[in-house]
Amino acid sequence: MSRKPYSRTVSTTGWWLDQPRYIRYMAREVSCVLIGAYTGVIVIGLMRLSDGPAAWAGFLEALQSPLSIYFHLLALAFALYHTTTWFNVTPKAMPVQVGETQLPGIFIIGAHYAGWVVVSAVALYLVGV
Amino acid sequence: MTERQIDLEILRYDPDKDEEPAFQTYRVPCHEDWVVLDAINYIKDELDRTLSYRWSCHMAVCGSCGMMINGEPTLSCKAFLRDLPDRIRVEPLANFPIERDLVVVMDDFMDKLASVKPYLVPKEVKSVEDGSYLQSPAQLKKFKQYTLCINCTLCYAACPQFAHDDSFVGPAALALAHRYNLDSRDVGRRAREDVVASNAGIWECSFVGACSDVCPEHVDPAGAIQQTKIASTVDYFTDLVTPGRGK
Repeated sequence: MSRKPYSRTVSTTGWWLDQPRYIRYMAREVSCVLIGAYTGVIVIGLMRLSDGPAAWAGFLEALQSPLSIYFHLLALAFALYHTTTWFNVTPKAMPVQVGETQLPGIFIIGAHYAGWVVVSAVALYLVGV
Repeated sequence: MTERQIDLEILRYDPDKDEEPAFQTYRVPCHEDWVVLDAINYIKDELDRTLSYRWSCHMAVCGSCGMMINGEPTLSCKAFLRDLPDRIRVEPLANFPIERDLVVVMDDFMDKLASVKPYLVPKEVKSVEDGSYLQSPAQLKKFKQYTLCINCTLCYAACPQFAHDDSFVGPAALALAHRYNLDSRDVGRRAREDVVASNAGIWECSFVGACSDVCPEHVDPAGAIQQTKIASTVDYFTDLVTPGRGK
């Protein structure tokens, strides 16, 4: 009897298709690309604003194009997925113990959603909605 | 008791004869209350004595019988046939080299486990006469969940990060380090830092969370790693602003 351990190879490109949980993970990771692109659009908007009223009007018009609307809907969907998936794992990263009892995760997740609502309300107030 | 015919496709590998593993199918008459391990034991007892695999307790305590069952890292003593189809694919745990048939090489895991100093590092060593290290129930509660690990390594088989970089210290070892770091009797956090807070340690983890999904003891190693990331980050910045703190 001899030792000759056999090492199996793992696909470097298609591994994430093996399991639904890997696909969900990749979707969460890819969501940051869409959020990054949306941030880019905001930065371009700020630059156009600093260029004067005509440039700003042109930017607003471009935002109303079908391509822009599709992009924003996609970015919103991924941003929601990104946010909810991260909020839902916060009890793992930040467990709270009171005495000998673990605070149920729903309270930690709920606190994040409450914070989200407050920040969104402040942002909407600041932009005059 | 009814009998059901099940086809078990088992990945076989004989290092003395084979260049690479290949599947061999066995038809097994199974009872409805059997688990996959029972079917494999039947093969060993009745059909093919050459089949190699690890098992011991048959009650999800020893952590020996982990296998890929239809692609999912599972304790074969916990996988009831009534929950599985008539054709079941059984492979050795993924991400580990195959020693023979369903037996994998655990040496690297054992080394990693030892590297995180998985034992109490007390502030001062007490003699037996000095008595035990006292701890309140609330202090015990902080880490008890992480003591439940049975070293079955299902978490390593589920982890795509470990699959692509086997230098990763990995979920079970890092969860065990966290267990001792949280222990009120332990002061070894700094001593574990070189391994735990390294690039091959917690920072290699991108929180796929698969380790916690497959853990049969609900240890939640993914949670342990994220908590260690937070503690390590707080340590780093505290060291930065506190003269003389740290190493």
